[in-house]
Amino acid sequence: MTTATTGRTAPAGAVGTARTRVEGRAKVTGAARYAGEIPFADLAHGWLVLSTITRGRVRAVETEAVLAMPGVLAVLHHGNAPRVETDYVGMLGAPDPTAAVFQHDRVPHAGWPVALVVAETPEQAREAAESLVVRYEEEPHDIALSADRPDAYPVDGHMPAVTEKGDLEAELDAAAHVVDVEYSTPEEHHSMMEPHAATAHWDGGRLEVVDSNQGTTWVQNELAQMFSLDMSAVRVRSEHIGGGFGSKGLRVHQVSAAMAATALQRPVRVVLTRRQMFSLTGYRSPTRQRVRLGADADGRLRALEHRSVNQTSTVYEFVEPSAGVARVMYDAAAHRTVNQVIRLDVPSPTWMRAPGEAPGSFALEAALDELAERCGLDPIELRLRNEPETGPVSGLPFSSRNLAACFREGARRFGWADRDPRPGVRREGRWLLGTGTAAASFGAGALPSTALVTAEPDGTFTVRIAAADVGTGARTALTLVAADALETTTDRVRVHIGDSDFGPAGVAGGSMGTRSWAWAVNAAAAELRERLALGTGIPPEGITVRSDTTEALQSLAQKERHSFGAQFAEVAVDTGTGEIRVRRMLGIFAAGRIVNPLTARNQLLGGMAWGISMALHEEAVRDPSTGAHYAPDLAGYHVATHADVPRLEADWVDDPDPDDPVGIKGIGEIGVVGAAAAIANAVWHATGVRHRRLPIRPDRVLEAGRDV
Amino acid sequence: MKEFGYRRAADVSGALALLAAEPEARFLGGGTNLVDLMKTGVERPALLVDVRELPLDRVEPTPDGGLRIGATVTNSDLAAHPEVRRRYPALSQAVLAGASGQLRNMATVGGNLLQRTRCGYFTDTARPCNKRVPGSGCSALTGAHHNHAVLGASDHCVATHPSDMGVALTAFDAVVTYETPEGPGELPLADFYLPVGDTPHRETALPPGALITGVTLPPAPVAARSRYRKVRERASYAFAIGSVAAALDVRDGVVRDVRLAFGAVASRPWRATAAERALIGAPADEAAFAAAADAELAAARPLPDNGYKVTLMRNLVVAVLAQLTEEAAR
Repeated sequence: MTTATTGRTAPAGAVGTARTRVEGRAKVTGAARYAGEIPFADLAHGWLVLSTITRGRVRAVETEAVLAMPGVLAVLHHGNAPRVETDYVGMLGAPDPTAAVFQHDRVPHAGWPVALVVAETPEQAREAAESLVVRYEEEPHDIALSADRPDAYPVDGHMPAVTEKGDLEAELDAAAHVVDVEYSTPEEHHSMMEPHAATAHWDGGRLEVVDSNQGTTWVQNELAQMFSLDMSAVRVRSEHIGGGFGSKGLRVHQVSAAMAATALQRPVRVVLTRRQMFSLTGYRSPTRQRVRLGADADGRLRALEHRSVNQTSTVYEFVEPSAGVARVMYDAAAHRTVNQVIRLDVPSPTWMRAPGEAPGSFALEAALDELAERCGLDPIELRLRNEPETGPVSGLPFSSRNLAACFREGARRFGWADRDPRPGVRREGRWLLGTGTAAASFGAGALPSTALVTAEPDGTFTVRIAAADVGTGARTALTLVAADALETTTDRVRVHIGDSDFGPAGVAGGSMGTRSWAWAVNAAAAELRERLALGTGIPPEGITVRSDTTEALQSLAQKERHSFGAQFAEVAVDTGTGEIRVRRMLGIFAAGRIVNPLTARNQLLGGMAWGISMALHEEAVRDPSTGAHYAPDLAGYHVATHADVPRLEADWVDDPDPDDPVGIKGIGEIGVVGAAAAIANAVWHATGVRHRRLPIRPDRVLEAGRDV
Repeated sequence: MKEFGYRRAADVSGALALLAAEPEARFLGGGTNLVDLMKTGVERPALLVDVRELPLDRVEPTPDGGLRIGATVTNSDLAAHPEVRRRYPALSQAVLAGASGQLRNMATVGGNLLQRTRCGYFTDTARPCNKRVPGSGCSALTGAHHNHAVLGASDHCVATHPSDMGVALTAFDAVVTYETPEGPGELPLADFYLPVGDTPHRETALPPGALITGVTLPPAPVAARSRYRKVRERASYAFAIGSVAAALDVRDGVVRDVRLAFGAVASRPWRATAAERALIGAPADEAAFAAAADAELAAARPLPDNGYKVTLMRNLVVAVLAQLTEEAAR
């Protein structure tokens, strides 16, 4: 991996310099404690019991025998658990009933939480939970996702379900080249290293929750509403987080721990197992997508249709808006995008790294590659010919769109100019070799946040913000931002995060965390610096300034605001065994000002490694007859290993956001976007076979080889 | 998780005595499989008898040119042993193709032979499985089975044996030695694993209460030119979807001797005897290799979603034998 970034002016302050994580030493020495290992006096342990049926009702929970087991303190279930409020609108809308547990006897999917066994030790709780007999009334289930089900319906989610302009059929009829293809992506799971874990306890009339989450004030708000408490009566802390990727919001572990802490009036910890996470903490829905492209002889698009359908549970509506990516990327006289869902007897899907863009870019960018082949055009040239001036659907100007620069720099460094476009002609021993490329985009947004910055009497500064460092280095990035805004050095800045007592702040999600928090920190620090310039001296309690970015964000002009990128991959395919090896990847991104090149590169490379995983490995298998997962653990659910991740390079072109006080856009998700398409396109270039179903497993390569 | 006792055995007879005294006791080697099964409730022993410290950790050449491998030799030590690498290179390659460095440092030879299938229904106590609960049914037949057996399975169980090491040992006619309270015994690996039939829960011919003490590899000059090739769904740290251990002796373009065993296609490491018979005396070319593979795979009974394994094994056999032929010609 390279760290050489060329053609850039040297940074004047801390922002833009490569810094190791401020808590790095604590993490590698084990001094940093994670939610499941923070000691509490008098701690009790809860263990969840999940349904073994896929649809039906709980007829009986036979608690008596279990309550007599050693150390068992309580069994919570729908018959005795506290009632909670679910009729409210939280940050993501109505709460997912998977979190609001034990409120009724319905079982809407396999692995639904039906009871919590609380005991003195985790081992006692687990043994009792596994012994608990639950009787069910089972009903037939339906988990069959397909593109042509009549019960699919459009859902808006965080964008409109449908956009359309022009006469699609007419433009397709008039097109010189048409691509009409279907793609399928599997059920994927976040699979972060640290499982969900929370400890809840009551402290003087206040519910305290020590958790691992992507937003302490988010979880605080949800818990307050669910338990009908004042916001001030709930405190949520989350200091270190071993990854979230969209899965760590309000979940059953916090709610059930809070219920048990209330019932027992002592601290209760609930930790999920890897297997439990598969049905309790969300996932990326499988998608079925259809892309129709029509182009003139020179490759200019006349028609673009992208339709996507995903599954959601019967109790919660979540749309994976895969068709949304076309609204940003390409224009056409006739342009139609549709996101639909089907309700099935499956767990609720949720946000997972680049929701919409990750599966959507696979389909759209693979279809573009097919169109390039039909047109006899280089895939990069095809994309450059279809660069829109303004938002294809919105008509709004782009805040900045440096996709072409990414392709130019990427092509130069990858050696794209030497590429022979013919598929299936490069052989090296048993391997066929190929290269592929794809474009990437991800929205650049910001969420309202507050920050507290204090000038201490000793000349140092303390920053307090309810930010979440999900492993990305947010704490470090904010240290750099604060130091520059305060015109001081980073060693004089302490940043405290992960505590809802610091006031409302945006979540670590949607690639918006660092940008949202940096904005608030920058604003508070700037105002503090002005106050200090008055030279009135610093009292013993220091001088604290609070910022709130709500108004500043509201006054931002309407624009198409996105990060962009160009992905390149080289693969080797053995068609005799079906093995695929990615040999190298390069991602060049235009993603705003880069605060910390070291951790930014980590994050982009991590996204690209996810792309490898998405293209070749990840797939949760559901048994149609039981409706439950098959082998839901990290032996059965394959994520890329080190050996699968070869020479990866990530770099960026200059692209400061003109409307952001620090110039940030956000880099959390763009690394995965387009990566799977680049790999799939490279597999075609190697073998001449289009793989439109992910992951491209060895058996699928073998089966496809048979058809050639 | 069920509460269990733990004892560390000082010697073989002590280990046997500890096991005999507790009906629900299990020997613990590296624990790389058993402990996982205990966490998921598939195994619920009352006592673990730790045999990893027993003095069975040597790899020793036998006077006739074979090797004797102690039961507690770790996978890492076995793979790195110079005599293993020289005399049976496919064995070293097979071991290194399995698990991860950390797991190989813990896992033992005896434990590796006795590891259980990774069939997702076997490890899910909420589902029927004839291997786990005799008579409860086989969920894989109609469920997820794209990595299940195509050879030697039955209507009662289609699980595969997960060992890589065992495939190479099978190719080289390894003999398992063991101790029981009544005295020592031995079993050729070919007879060690029982046919599936209607008793998939009975996996080995090892007498009850026996402790594996080692594995003996008879001399096999052909094994000096041998290869293990493993295909899996990612580059590392995954069980095979198909693997081949092969040794080949070619003179004047004719196959003089050959050893061939398959992994991940059957309930046990699969010695490809039909293929071997077809190859002896045949020309060492791809047509003969393919014909031999077909001879073995004629018995394959694929399920709806694992038919690719027949293609995969045929291609693998041809590729590995061709590679060995090419090496011999150098």
